[in-house]
Amino acid sequence: MEQPNFSYIDQLSRGDDVFKQKLLDIIKIEFPEEKAIYLKNIESRKFKEAAENVHKLKHKISILGLEKSYVVATNFENNLIESSDLGREEFEDVLEVMTNFLSKL
Amino acid sequence: MDCIIIDDEATARAIIEQLCLEVPDVNVIKTFPNAIQAIKYLNQNEVDLIFLDIHMPDFTGFDFIQTLKKPPKIVLTTSDTQFAIEAFEYDCIVDYLVKPITLSRFEKSVQKALSLSTMPAQSEPSTTESLDDNSGNDLYVNIDRRLIKIDIPSIYLVEAKGDYIYVKTENKNYTVHSTLKKIEDKLPNDLFLKVHRSFIININKIVDIEDNSVLIKKDVIPVSRSNRPELMKRLNLL
Repeated sequence: MEQPNFSYIDQLSRGDDVFKQKLLDIIKIEFPEEKAIYLKNIESRKFKEAAENVHKLKHKISILGLEKSYVVATNFENNLIESSDLGREEFEDVLEVMTNFLSKL
Repeated sequence: MDCIIIDDEATARAIIEQLCLEVPDVNVIKTFPNAIQAIKYLNQNEVDLIFLDIHMPDFTGFDFIQTLKKPPKIVLTTSDTQFAIEAFEYDCIVDYLVKPITLSRFEKSVQKALSLSTMPAQSEPSTTESLDDNSGNDLYVNIDRRLIKIDIPSIYLVEAKGDYIYVKTENKNYTVHSTLKKIEDKLPNDLFLKVHRSFIININKIVDIEDNSVLIKKDVIPVSRSNRPELMKRLNLL
C-alpha cells in the first residue's frame, strides 16, 4: 500500500525545520479530529456530511504525498455525494496508514 | 499588499502563511477560520488581497464574496477544480489555486494580483453591484456547493421543510439549505406573499382560492387566518 512521504512538506519548508515541525504538529492535531468527525458521520450514514469530511481530509492526503490515495478519496467523496458508501473500506485503509505514520512522528 | 487568509483548515492557513513569507510584497495581516469572522474584520478594515477557501461549512467562499460591496482582489484556494468556471464570473477573483499549493504556482498567483492591482480601478465593477443589477429577476441559491441562478418570476411556490426550503419554478424544483425568512427577504414584495408559516406563493400564479386554501399550479396551499386579509387585499377583486 502507498505510504506517506515528506516530499511536498520538504518542498514547502525549504529547509526550515521549525516550519516543518509546526506544520506536522498542526496536522497531528487536526487529522484525528477530522477523522473522528468523518467516522461519526459515516457510522450514522450521513453521507453528505461524510463527503464534506472526506473533502477536507483529501488536503492532508495530498500534503502527505499520497497521490493514489487521493484518487481513492476523490472517488469515495463522489460516491458519498451520490448517497453510496462504495469505496469506504479502501478509503479507511488510507486513514489507517496516515494514522500510523503520524503516530510515529 | 496587505492580505488575509480565510480557511477553515488550520493546516491550509499555515501553508498559505508560509508561502506568503516566501514572496516579496505580500504581508499577512490576519487569518480567519471562517468567513463570518472575516466579514466582521472587513467591515472595519481594508485589505488588498484575500486568499479564500471555497469549501467551508455553512458559509462558502462564494457566499462570502457576495457579502462584499467592494471586494478586494481574491485568490481562491480549493481542492476542487470544478468551480473554476464559476470563479471567473467574478471580477474580483484573480486566480484559482488548487491544493496542495506549490510555491511556484503561488508566486504566479501573487504576481497576477500585483499586476492587476496597478491597473485602473474603473475596470472592476464590484461583484455585489453586478449581482444587484440583475437582482430584479435573479436569485442565486447554493446547492451542492454551486450557486444556481433562478429566475425570480418563474418561482411559483416556496415551501419550508425543516432546515431546507423547496423552491418550485415553472421549469424545475430546487431543495436549498435555507429558511423561509431568508428567501422571503430576497423576493419582491409585490409578487410574493407568505400565506402560511411554511409557504410563500407567487400571487400571479394563483389559479383559485377556496376558504382557507389557495391553488397554485397543482398545489393546494393552506392560507393561515392571519395572512388571509393581506392575500385578499392583494387580489384584484371584482
